Amino acid sequence: MVRFIIRRVIGMIAVLFAISVITFAIFNVIPNGDPALRLAGHSATPATVAAIRRQWGFDKPIYVQYARTMERIFNGSLISYTTQTNVDNEIRHDIWPTMSLAIGAALIWMFFAICLGMYSALRAGKISDRFLTILALIGISMPVFWVGALLSYYLGFKAGIFPNGGYTKLTSNPVQWAWHLILPWFALSILFIGVYSRLVRSSILDTINEDFVRTARAKGLGQRRVLIRHVLRNSLIPVISLWGLDFGAIIGGGAIVTESVFNLGGVGQYAANSIQSLDVPPVLALTIFIAFFVVLFNTIVDITYAWLDPRIRLS
Amino acid sequence: MATEPAAALRPDETGFEAVAEREHAVGVGPWKLAGRRLRRNKVAIGFGILFLVLVAMAFAAPIWADDVAHTNDTTNHLTETLQEGKKQVLVVSYSGIPAGPQWFAAGGKFFLGADDNGRDVMVRLLYGARTSLEIGIAASIITTVLAVIVALLAGYLGGVTDTVLSRAMDIIWAFPVVILGVALGTALSIGGLKLGPITIQSGSLVIPILIIGFVYVVYMARPLRGQVLSLREKEFVEAARAQGMGSIRIMFTEILPNLASTIVVFFPLAIANAILLEAYLSFLGAGVQAPTPSWGEMISEGIDRITTAPHLTIVPGLMLVLTVLALNIFGEGVRDALDPRAKVRIGDNA
Amino acid sequence: MSSTRPLLSVKDLSVSFATEDGTVRAVDGVSYTLAPREILAIVGESGSGKSVTVMTLMGLTRGVNARFGGSAVFGSTDLLTASEEELRRVRGNEIAMIFQDPMTSLDPVYKIGDQIIEQIQAHESVSKAQARDRTIKLLDEVGIPRARERVDAYPHELSGGMRQRVMIAMALSCDPSILIADEPTTALDVTIQAQILERIKQLRDATDTAVIIVTHDLGVVADIADRIVVMYAGRIVEQGTVDEIFYDPQHPYTWGLLGSITRLDRERPRRLPSIPGAPPSLLDPPKGCHFRPRCPHEFDRCIEVPPLAAHLPDVPGHLDRCWLSVDDKRRRREVADGQIGLPQPEEAPA
Repeated sequence: MVRFIIRRVIGMIAVLFAISVITFAIFNVIPNGDPALRLAGHSATPATVAAIRRQWGFDKPIYVQYARTMERIFNGSLISYTTQTNVDNEIRHDIWPTMSLAIGAALIWMFFAICLGMYSALRAGKISDRFLTILALIGISMPVFWVGALLSYYLGFKAGIFPNGGYTKLTSNPVQWAWHLILPWFALSILFIGVYSRLVRSSILDTINEDFVRTARAKGLGQRRVLIRHVLRNSLIPVISLWGLDFGAIIGGGAIVTESVFNLGGVGQYAANSIQSLDVPPVLALTIFIAFFVVLFNTIVDITYAWLDPRIRLS
Repeated sequence: MATEPAAALRPDETGFEAVAEREHAVGVGPWKLAGRRLRRNKVAIGFGILFLVLVAMAFAAPIWADDVAHTNDTTNHLTETLQEGKKQVLVVSYSGIPAGPQWFAAGGKFFLGADDNGRDVMVRLLYGARTSLEIGIAASIITTVLAVIVALLAGYLGGVTDTVLSRAMDIIWAFPVVILGVALGTALSIGGLKLGPITIQSGSLVIPILIIGFVYVVYMARPLRGQVLSLREKEFVEAARAQGMGSIRIMFTEILPNLASTIVVFFPLAIANAILLEAYLSFLGAGVQAPTPSWGEMISEGIDRITTAPHLTIVPGLMLVLTVLALNIFGEGVRDALDPRAKVRIGDNA
Repeated sequence: MSSTRPLLSVKDLSVSFATEDGTVRAVDGVSYTLAPREILAIVGESGSGKSVTVMTLMGLTRGVNARFGGSAVFGSTDLLTASEEELRRVRGNEIAMIFQDPMTSLDPVYKIGDQIIEQIQAHESVSKAQARDRTIKLLDEVGIPRARERVDAYPHELSGGMRQRVMIAMALSCDPSILIADEPTTALDVTIQAQILERIKQLRDATDTAVIIVTHDLGVVADIADRIVVMYAGRIVEQGTVDEIFYDPQHPYTWGLLGSITRLDRERPRRLPSIPGAPPSLLDPPKGCHFRPRCPHEFDRCIEVPPLAAHLPDVPGHLDRCWLSVDDKRRRREVADGQIGLPQPEEAPA
């Protein structure tokens, strides 16, 4: 087990390294992105620009710049080019809305996905199943930011039921915290409920035809017991794994559009803004951040899978 | 009670073929079978036709623009007026509120109204359809071609090729699609792309096509690679190797045809995903740049002005959702038709 | 034996399934009885309907597309029309079943002990500790070494033979009056096969349980069966005691089955004897006798369905479905001296 973890950690570091290099490369080989010019502002003289260039090290070769930036990421002294703020602090502040969004949405969508998926699977082929499948497909077909914008407009701006975006800290006002998150949770969940209810449905349909389910019935177990203890328990294993991966991605800032549309000020929104202003330090830091969470959750999911499925434990 | 059997045993009548003929067993190939099953799925066929109708509409964009609306997608008519009932109404009022849908009142001009730049929404919508569909279809073709090549090389050749390709895929996989797309999109759309002698302008559609095409390769290549791995072990591949066929020939003549059904299932879904990603990228400013319309770009502009003119957001969004939904439902239908294990199909009259 | 009331009485059982290609008549008018302590073997090829017959007794074939006819009376209940709740009480409790593939018949995520305890507690109100003790004893009785430790093992930690024994232990856990074994040894090695069959016989001797064993292998039943039912394409074609079937078989299909058993005490045949042709489609079965297209002895009467009847004056329990006279049958079934079988097709000319 220990060797497994060590191997995974090494792999993780290798992947993160590669990702950081790629990101750095993407942003530094484009023309027009000269950070010194931007830092200097509009009415800067060539001398000022040159001075900034020297001060920030933009005159050094690419790999030195890379090394320096990486160093600063890890000792917390990384400063953004555009806003001059400390990237680290910014991320630490922004992670709360992101986590709130991620955890809430993940629980909501999983709950509904299992309910709907199970309902669909048990009525496979009937009208209700076909209807739910189409609903799920509609959920998948709608861009999250479009749904979010419309919800925000109709239920927030016009009807005034919900606030028009923004984030309130949980610690300062729990009710407002939840109130501000309901629409974002919903908007994000619509997509995932669509995806996951179909996953659950197909996993259940696969499992229901397995031999051991037939055995369970032949043993004289009641419908409900067979369904929950044998069918659900087995069919949810692959679904939970995927859920862990998606959850990890969102925590790392993957819900970029949801956060932007609802102005939650989370890590994803920070990433979107930084990318748009070609602000390399936060982009680099955030890319590593999100990749870290994705890979971390990848590992957690693998371990969980082994815990859930005894057959995997041996290997 | 007993009667002698009339005929002695005839050797040729105990063969399988004879029995089959007697029992009228007819062999039908898997593709024909799938085609039959697909045809029975009315819902999927319906949505497939819907998609084709939308494509046709996109094709008709210039016709509408020239002959019905008498304008194009970027000209603004800010200062002009329209006949709305008895009144003369400004295309865009002084407070910035654009005119609503005119339907056929003005002969087709401003059918769906104007946007706050004074442009004809319907014309933009149709040209936007064109852009989005072009990007979607072209990108999926790129994705498919690249994914197949990667899957074949990695899966069949194995060894170092596989390790290198798989590690590369793992790294790209760790980047969420949107962030990778946005990063590439922003980076490239500002400055354009210079690949040696080839220069692509920053406003060109080729950039989002390439980015979206590239980003999704991993999602298709992984499952295809898995299939190649298992196909590699099958007897007919061994037989081909024994016959002395070279690796490349085997990959393309033996393995590729067996991937066909997976590819056919993936393709409509790939187009749907590409269209969606284009919307996401355009929303974040990393896709299609203004003033070129695409559904994503229109939604993005619409959201900025949602409080004054919500229809600017709703209309392109609906078209996008309809198109993506049609592709998804049709794709589901194709998958159900090709997968004999499928228990249920949408639209079946079971 | 025939004076005791039968445990199970199946009359004219028919099972059909509606599929997208038509109605499949899997079981067509099957009747038999089962007495306590009796081992009945149902023999036939895949597609003969033997599995469907026994699964229907347990209600495992019930579904939207299934249609049933006839009756299957167990005690005072007709299993075909019993409610789900009534059936649930019978399953695992009074009638228990073990299935063909032990590798996939146990839930992989629960320990084997827990799976047996689950069954016991579903039918009897005993404490977990008591159920556990019983389980350990059962595992011991079926020949699982170190039962006290093995009770906490997961299915994948056991070999196929062991898993099948666990299935048997599980099936017997509530002292059923009938044990149904559907191809219990098909997925196992020949050596394990013998052990499992021996174990089943021992358990019958110890507990008075009646056994229905479904198989395609006549060799398997020669040892343990008391009576045999031979099925072909959904119908019973011959029925009788082991001795009657093996020493005086009355149906050409039975001859074919007997002829295809490889025997160590005879001269090695040049070619493995088999029954030429393939089982008919149950969607569109042949008119009259279902075996007619493959039967070397068929004649014009065979176009009419032969009734299942006793043709031997002193043996009312030996039934068969063939128009040939008894003398004809006895003459035709010998293909070489003393050897029963079906004439094989001539070798193709060189």
